Amino acid sequence: MASEAHVETLALREQFDTEAQQNDASTLGMWVFLLTEIMFFGGLFMMYTVYRAVYPNVFGLASSTLNEIIGAANTAVLLCSSFTMVLAVRGAQLGKRRTVMLFLVLTIILGLVFLGIKGFEWNQKFQEHHVPGPGFHLEGTALQGQAQLFFSLYFAMTGLHALHMVIGCGLMLYLLWKTYQGTYSPDYYTPIDMGGLYWHFVDIIWIFLFPLLYLIDRHLK
Amino acid sequence: MTHPIDSVKTYAWVWIILLFLTALTTAVAHVDLGAFSVVVALTIAVVKMLLVALFFMHLRHSNQLTKLVVLGGLLWLALLIMLTLADVFSRGWLGVPGR
Repeated sequence: MASEAHVETLALREQFDTEAQQNDASTLGMWVFLLTEIMFFGGLFMMYTVYRAVYPNVFGLASSTLNEIIGAANTAVLLCSSFTMVLAVRGAQLGKRRTVMLFLVLTIILGLVFLGIKGFEWNQKFQEHHVPGPGFHLEGTALQGQAQLFFSLYFAMTGLHALHMVIGCGLMLYLLWKTYQGTYSPDYYTPIDMGGLYWHFVDIIWIFLFPLLYLIDRHLK
Repeated sequence: MTHPIDSVKTYAWVWIILLFLTALTTAVAHVDLGAFSVVVALTIAVVKMLLVALFFMHLRHSNQLTKLVVLGGLLWLALLIMLTLADVFSRGWLGVPGR
């Protein structure tokens, strides 16, 4: 098989010897992309770590104004969406088209619920004057500059994460359309598999954002 | 494809444990553990990350090369954080003539 020409299919492109080889290449490629994303977010996590260490008091105070119940609820929503996503991938493995579509729709809905709750939270920040800028004011400290730094990082990190969620929902819509068309089969469902990796990765980013932004100085309050 | 297919039960258990850990980390945040609250929160986060990566992202079924690459990526992140922190916190230790 290795050196012979073969009929090209979605599951076995011309440049690969076996389907397993093609699948391994796709998986590895997706992980390499996700690692660049880790470094992308890593820079922000790095900056957050340094400034939190340099200005611990104001960061603790600012962090405690966030609503941790909303944060925990949003984490739960995202974990549920990861569960529905993995069931969509499982449906694809078994070739159950309707199951895949059902769980993709549920994943999109849960993703939109997450974004809705996030939007509600951001709206609260505007009402509380916790958005960095001329109108910014945080009660209980004279160091408004340091407090703005916390909220700048809060908006940058949750904003970048939300952007990934929006892109993720777009990807899921595309996968839903292709599944509806009947493109995928148990022999070839790589896009759903890779979409799943992306979705779970975005979930993992939030798994770290949640304790770092909302929780770690909660006990000081 | 060659992937083994996990049961719904396995995924459901992972999902329930993840939700439990979220509730746990939120509850523990209100307990005064001093400097250890960061350690506890991040330990729980790492456990959640491992559960998602190994089960939901099928990393436990992935080949050795993929596992190695993922580990390498995390190592790079650790380098970024450790070397930057080493610089930020040790810069003031030595006096600089003329400053």
